[in-house]
Amino acid sequence: MTYKVHVRVVPRGGLLDPQGKAVEHALSALGFKDASGVRIGRAIELSIEAKSAEEARTRTRAMCDKLLANPVTEDYTVEVEG
Amino acid sequence: MRRVAVVRFPGSNCDADTLHSARRAGAEAYFVWHRDTDLQGADAVMLPGGFSYGDYLRSGAIARFSPIMSAVQRFAQAGGPVLGICNGFQILCEAGLLPGALIQNSRLSFVSRPVGLRLEQPDTAFTTAYARGQLLRMPVAHGDGQYVADAATLAELEATGRVVVRYVELDGSTLRTAINGSLHDIAGIANTGGNVVGLMPHPDRAADPTLGSTDGMGFFTSVLTWATAGAGR
Repeated sequence: MTYKVHVRVVPRGGLLDPQGKAVEHALSALGFKDASGVRIGRAIELSIEAKSAEEARTRTRAMCDKLLANPVTEDYTVEVEG
Repeated sequence: MRRVAVVRFPGSNCDADTLHSARRAGAEAYFVWHRDTDLQGADAVMLPGGFSYGDYLRSGAIARFSPIMSAVQRFAQAGGPVLGICNGFQILCEAGLLPGALIQNSRLSFVSRPVGLRLEQPDTAFTTAYARGQLLRMPVAHGDGQYVADAATLAELEATGRVVVRYVELDGSTLRTAINGSLHDIAGIANTGGNVVGLMPHPDRAADPTLGSTDGMGFFTSVLTWATAGAGR
């Protein structure tokens, strides 16, 4: 069956995220001083043919390891719908 | 050591500059297309600057899986000299031929200007023409030039003399204002064999007197004599 998968890729914790930092400053300037730890990454959606949700997850993790995320600088999470 | 293959990816924009520089240095330089699978008897390979595949996903992430890159991997692993300039450096890191990664500049802006460089390692395929500590002046033009690596990798690069060029002020003094936020002011590195070198600055834009500097020429002349020197390793 077809599974819809959501991948989130974020800069690894501890690594400087200049974009996140700039947005955090902007939020603070707008009065959202209660916001902290802003990190900016990317969201990737895809559909995958698989026999089970587990298989869909395993295949997607392989995609992340090979292409979707950089193992040096990024972490990722995989969420399978249904 | 005369045949130099310059790889063209969709989005390369320094391919002609790199070819021109290699020819000025005396090489028999030619283009290979990213869909090719054969380096046509190359003695050295150069990955030029630009924005391969529009920098989609991450700079270099998609180019790294181009058909030609399998041949480049094999060539590099067999000890063949490979130079990555700017986007070429990003591709080499994505391909795992060089350690670490290049992320967005620390101040988020594209930086395009001449920079000072200290030549730290003349013992690589592309730097034998230089003296250790030599001050060079070359342009940079990049948005994703911040070199990062984990602490262990950085320590190893420093301990084994694999930092090839480091950013300095134009007068040669230690960098006071960050160019792109690179750790240890690293502008270029080499692999353990010294045959694979990547750097963000553009020797190809500093290899013709018309352009105001010929400081980059050494990257193109060095490799022409490296085969014989390298045999003694």
